[in-house]
Amino acid sequence: MNIFGFLGQLFAIALALLLAPLLTGWVNQCRAWLQNRSAPPLLQPYYMLHKLFLKDVVLAHGASPLFRFAPFVVFGCMVLACAIIPTLSTDLPFAPAADTIALVGVFGLARIFISLAAMDVGTAFGTLGGRREMLVGFLAEPALLMVIFTTAMISQSTSVATIVETLAHRDFIIYPSLAFAGIAFTFVSFAENARVPVDNPATHLELTMIHEAMILEYSGRHLALIEWAASLKLYAYSCLGLALFFPWGIAEGNSVAGLLLAIPVLVAKLAIGGALLAVIETINAKVRIFRAPEFLGTAFLFAVLGLLVRLLLETQS
Amino acid sequence: MPALLPIDVLLIAACAWLAIGLAGLAAPRNLHFISKILFPLGAAVGVLAGLTSLRFLGSGAETAVLAIGLPDLPFHLRLDNLAAVFVLLLGFAAAGISVFAAGYFRKGEGAAPGLMCLQYHFFLASMLLVLLADDAYAFMVAWEGMALSSFFLVTTDHRHAEIRRAGYLYLLIAHIGAIAILLSFGVMTAGSGDYSFAGMRAQALSPFWASAAFLLALAGFGAKAGLLPVHVWLPEAHPAAPSPVSAMMSGVMLKTAIYGLLRVSFDLLGEPLWWWGVVAMSVGLATAVFGVLYSTVQSDMKRLLAYSSIENIGLLAVALGLTLIFHAYRMEALAALSMTALLYHCLAHAGFKSLLFLCTGSVLHATKERSLGKLGGLIHRMPWVAWLALAGVIASAGLPPLSGFVSEWLLLQSFLFSPGLPHPWLNMVVPVAAAVVALVAALAGFAMVKFYGIIFLGQMREEALKDAHDAGPWERAGLLWLAGLTLALGVLPTAVISVIDAATRQLLGTGLADKVREHGWWLLAPISPDRASYAPLVFLAVIAAAVLLGRQLVHRLYHGRLRRSPAWDCGYVFQGPRAQDTAEGFSQPIRRIFEPMFRMERHFPTIRDEKPYYSVKVEDHFWHWLYLPLARAAEWVSRLIIRLQGGRIAIYLLYSFLTLIILLLVARP
Repeated sequence: MNIFGFLGQLFAIALALLLAPLLTGWVNQCRAWLQNRSAPPLLQPYYMLHKLFLKDVVLAHGASPLFRFAPFVVFGCMVLACAIIPTLSTDLPFAPAADTIALVGVFGLARIFISLAAMDVGTAFGTLGGRREMLVGFLAEPALLMVIFTTAMISQSTSVATIVETLAHRDFIIYPSLAFAGIAFTFVSFAENARVPVDNPATHLELTMIHEAMILEYSGRHLALIEWAASLKLYAYSCLGLALFFPWGIAEGNSVAGLLLAIPVLVAKLAIGGALLAVIETINAKVRIFRAPEFLGTAFLFAVLGLLVRLLLETQS
Repeated sequence: MPALLPIDVLLIAACAWLAIGLAGLAAPRNLHFISKILFPLGAAVGVLAGLTSLRFLGSGAETAVLAIGLPDLPFHLRLDNLAAVFVLLLGFAAAGISVFAAGYFRKGEGAAPGLMCLQYHFFLASMLLVLLADDAYAFMVAWEGMALSSFFLVTTDHRHAEIRRAGYLYLLIAHIGAIAILLSFGVMTAGSGDYSFAGMRAQALSPFWASAAFLLALAGFGAKAGLLPVHVWLPEAHPAAPSPVSAMMSGVMLKTAIYGLLRVSFDLLGEPLWWWGVVAMSVGLATAVFGVLYSTVQSDMKRLLAYSSIENIGLLAVALGLTLIFHAYRMEALAALSMTALLYHCLAHAGFKSLLFLCTGSVLHATKERSLGKLGGLIHRMPWVAWLALAGVIASAGLPPLSGFVSEWLLLQSFLFSPGLPHPWLNMVVPVAAAVVALVAALAGFAMVKFYGIIFLGQMREEALKDAHDAGPWERAGLLWLAGLTLALGVLPTAVISVIDAATRQLLGTGLADKVREHGWWLLAPISPDRASYAPLVFLAVIAAAVLLGRQLVHRLYHGRLRRSPAWDCGYVFQGPRAQDTAEGFSQPIRRIFEPMFRMERHFPTIRDEKPYYSVKVEDHFWHWLYLPLARAAEWVSRLIIRLQGGRIAIYLLYSFLTLIILLLVARP
């Protein structure tokens, strides 16, 4: 582990922390344009975070220490996730700490903590949110793992860095299995990031909420951390999707020139991805909660199809 | 004086456990003597056994012959690396459970403490002998001793009819299993009459008889482990037993069945056939899915854990099947990977499931309540138990950085290699099985959130819970020990793999340790770091650093102010404990999505009901599809036989006469 690698790693984390709210702001802005509303400023999420950090924490009487501890754990998990997904360069000293399977574990850990925190105060909406989040989780997780299996079989590795290096820096081959896996991954990331059609980030109707229902009792810095973690999760999922399916532009070493080139590429890819996300969210309607299994079942089916295509058609190549 | 060999030390440990048990009979009513002196002594013996096998692991097998047993077949004992891994598990788990038990047993509960002490330590000693046995006779004697002592432990509280029923079911299935195991041993002797394991190894069985032996062993040990469809005793017996006993049965006893399966399929039978692995894997997958689905819909906390044990046994069978397949195709490096996953999961499950069962014991003592619907909010009254249970819950959900994740990760890694199998369709089907494993792991998370959230979080669902008290010092020590094991297994995978690798090498001829040690003690990379790696310590350090740094920065740059107020809950006024999810409510999505998997009786209220109520009862399909028809068939057959027994002596004389005539006709020289 050299010092440049370490600095590059810290830079990637800092960039994630900075870019994540911006990505959320950008998606919100695009969505507002598409829906003929006047858009909030691009930097609105930062203002929100600042405001929330300034506010006092108002804690419910029945809240236990776990409730106060959970936002920090969720935030820590998301920081770790952003640290191991290659965004600018594949030379990440922290990356060996967790491969893609462990990455699914990180998201799972964060999910368990936020669901438990939702059940902690003991309100009707909290437990409802926790239960639904776990429902979405257990439907999405197998599909996500199957996507990862498909990509891992192509590159003979579950390490994200190796997957990126295989796909981006070797001979260009079109893998039909990746198309299936990509569709499945898109479905899963919609569900995991509490987006339409599974959940609506802008909803204020309690009975339809999932993510918002879980964090109803949070306020002040705790809420800020959870919101920040949520945007980090969106960022992490976007970067994971880019790394698995559109890895071109990610540098292999830690040269300054490579990094300087990688930043605008990343920003451009995220901007396009965010705009597409807004389009999909606008043209779709939120489905009832018990349609979510169908949605995620489809994702799972696509992922398994991708795997079978890989095994049936591509093993000779 | 010659130095004591490890096997001698273990024999002494077994004798010490027996002696401690008998000492309990000396003063059967003296609770203080038994719980504060004998149980801690038993724990010390457990630590001794664990440390001995830790020292032994990696060396060659040792044998001993005891001058007891049949005239021409004395007890053969043998300590090899496979047995040592399981002795390690037994010793360390028993240490924690015994220390907990020292603080657990109360006056006036169930049997006399002296009797409990005898049964408990006899149980421990017979499990140790099962692991050390080197001939079928000694094995069966120890196996039966284990079944009987655990039967008496299960029925400690025999005044309840329900518990007697659970005990009867357990005994019945244990014996059906024992018969299958005995038959399997019989097949493996191949008529040579040599019942020692060495003799069985020397036999070269034809594929047909080898398969028969394997299937009989799978059925027999499966009955003990709780594989489908002979799992029904497990969710009855585990909740019936006192919590330390449930912990011992779930954490350790189920693993002796896994040990037996490993012993038979890798050691005694020689070369496996590939389809054995497919059978084991299919049964395992069905068991795992069944177990986890049923665990999510339970309303009794111990039943929930019992079903979760079924799920884990299913995962172990999946790992066993995968290992058999790889081994049959001589892909030993990959077989070593999945074997390591198997052994690792045995250790991990022994730690976290014992921990969780003991936590339910503390909750049960503090609240007298096993039903999830009457618990809640215990984190405020029982912080020790709650926080230690959290470790068990995270491990059981298979999440990093604790023990359950490491084995799951290894298992998924070995699944990733299965496309390389040289078989036309196996290499397609097996990777898809990994999807089922992923589903099981995710559902386990659901079950665990339900378990933890409903018991420890939220508002207290009953007034009486306000008087709940935290666990005492002995109980805390036992829980801490097991939580410590869970953490150590989670963050030090390379060290653990180096230890258990001797067993893998013994069974498969190759191990993982050399590859694992190459990359330093902190990085787990079973194949190569390019391929896959996991470093739980870095993992933990990054999260911890983010948590601490985040907290410091927020407090420095902004403030740390905090005030309390009533919960917001979108402004709803009624916020009583009844507004929270019940145990049934929490699992409603599962019941709805997987409806065909359950046999449900539901009652929905209508608008005209004077006293509306809602109820749901979830039952096991197997009862109605398999067990009740079997029971009815048995009754029917007995009714037919009753007709022969008229109860009149003249008829019996007629039978004898007829028999004689027939024999004379048939058996003419």
